[in-house]
Amino acid sequence: MTPPPLTPTNHRKVQLSHITTHSLQDLRQQAAVAAKVFIQRDYTNGTVCQFQTKFPSELETRIDKQQFEETVRTLNNLYAEAEKLGGQSYLEGCLACLTAYTVFLCMETHYEKVLKKIAKYIQEQNDKIYAPRGLLLTDPIERGLRVIEVTLFEDRSLGR
Amino acid sequence: MHLGLSESMRDCEYSQISTRTSTPMETPYKKKTPKKRKWESFPGRNKFYCNGRIMMAKQTGVFYLTLVLILVTCGLFFTFDCPFLALQLTPAIPVIGGALFLFVLGTLLRTSFSDPGVLPRATPDETADLERQIDGANGSTSYRPPPRTKEVAINGQTVKLKYCFTCKIFRPPRTSHCSLCDNCVERFDHHCPWVGNCVGRRNYRFFYMFILSLSFLTIFIFAFVITHVIILGLSGFHTYLISSNQTTNEDIKGSWSSKRGKDNYNPYSHGNIFTNCCVALCGPLPPSLIDRRGFIQSETPQLAPPTNGIAMYGATQSQQSHMCDQDQCIQSTKFVLQAAASPLLQQSVEPIILATCLDDGGSLPGRTSLPLGEPCNSLPLVGQPTPPTSNPNLSCHEPAEMLPIHGHGHPHPGVHHHHFLTPEEVPSPPGILPCGSPMGHNHGMPASFYNPASQDSLHEDSVRGLVKLSSV
Repeated sequence: MTPPPLTPTNHRKVQLSHITTHSLQDLRQQAAVAAKVFIQRDYTNGTVCQFQTKFPSELETRIDKQQFEETVRTLNNLYAEAEKLGGQSYLEGCLACLTAYTVFLCMETHYEKVLKKIAKYIQEQNDKIYAPRGLLLTDPIERGLRVIEVTLFEDRSLGR
Repeated sequence: MHLGLSESMRDCEYSQISTRTSTPMETPYKKKTPKKRKWESFPGRNKFYCNGRIMMAKQTGVFYLTLVLILVTCGLFFTFDCPFLALQLTPAIPVIGGALFLFVLGTLLRTSFSDPGVLPRATPDETADLERQIDGANGSTSYRPPPRTKEVAINGQTVKLKYCFTCKIFRPPRTSHCSLCDNCVERFDHHCPWVGNCVGRRNYRFFYMFILSLSFLTIFIFAFVITHVIILGLSGFHTYLISSNQTTNEDIKGSWSSKRGKDNYNPYSHGNIFTNCCVALCGPLPPSLIDRRGFIQSETPQLAPPTNGIAMYGATQSQQSHMCDQDQCIQSTKFVLQAAASPLLQQSVEPIILATCLDDGGSLPGRTSLPLGEPCNSLPLVGQPTPPTSNPNLSCHEPAEMLPIHGHGHPHPGVHHHHFLTPEEVPSPPGILPCGSPMGHNHGMPASFYNPASQDSLHEDSVRGLVKLSSV
């Protein structure tokens, strides 16, 4: 049920496969009262984007604690990498300033690159781990980097 | 950036399933039909332009004022000051000014048009979850819940996180709700009406660079406008001096100012501005008098008195005390002879006051006048007070020498034939001397004796002599 990677050529194919996935999801959504768990931000290290690794009680029956914490920890590391202050970020910033920020017309920022990586990681995690367990992780960027939204579906066996 | 990512997410239609109430079957097809963009239903009080690319506050009047002020000031500077300065000083001035101006404009627009770091409002699910957590066992409340705060320890320091009722979130640290824009803004600095936007996490650096570069631009323009004014002012001042034929010194002292006296006026002025300007700018250029490249002569006691002849106009008693009065008289007589030997024979008679030489050596008549037309056989000199043939420098100490040359028996009786000049009438440049007769005097004095340099020195000496004479 792994959706193929999206490229312009196979977009149409993906759409079709997603129809099947969506219908599956749709069933799950329509059938079950979807519960949602929100993993809040962790501000103990300041304004850096970090999420609490505390395992929510609602997920206890669904997924392994270690697994979940691993996911959140990886996400935290990825966000830290995006906001890292280092030689590369300073270089990028200075170059951008000197070119009056026109360089971003052809190049994307380091942060944007990492966000793409995060999106791919979440998709991958969803497909491999969470979807089989009737869970769905929402990319925090969709929620303004406030929360990681975990949607709980009714536990149904998924053949496909 | 954010929008771009949503686009990619929308393509795979993955996460939208769990949150949208619309049927998923529609979603892939809906993508073809024009959908509303998020900015169109943005809950905050912001204005969007260019299909969501530009984001500003609701009140933008002051921003346009800022833009106009910068454009007008720089426009005036480039139009009026830069051509002048580029020519007078260096063409780098407009180049640097232009670069600075573009940078200021760029940072201003970047500050004004970008998202300052607005936090999107909580989804209904989030809100419900939060409310559930806070209210706890309590039933749903119809009234607004009491203000909530959350305490967090950040790097050892306890910080209170407030709950925002508008956005329905607990504000992250350093986030504040802007009442003008009705948004929670991350790392909220302030709402700046001059840029027409909030200044927050995402546009603070542009704001800072804007105000910094604007300061430099202001200083730059101000400095060069002042320079321009100074150059202009100085030219203007000297234009005034030229037109009134004054020197800076005279102007400062107020020598010819009407404040000194009712009838005080500049005697050197030619009367009208045009003439004064012409004389100053196009008048004859006098030659250098110091003969820098001339060779030093071997020492003979024929040097003129150390003081300049012209300076003798204001000769004081102290200078005269250097020589005895007898010497003075003799000297003066000689000079008088020289001076009078100028072609003033044909000149109209002007009675001249000649001071009597009161000392025992003096035997000059007190006052003489030259009858017009009387041929003065004794005057061999023509034109200017020319020197004797072989001796270009007038010597003050050998009066006897002069007599034979002049062809007089004695200086005294012939004096009364001469036309004596008062110091004021002594002409300075040879050209201005009202020379009644041309060089070819009917006495036939050869013009070959004419020697400008020696003439000048002789002239000066004679002037000196006359002054001395008059002051005795």
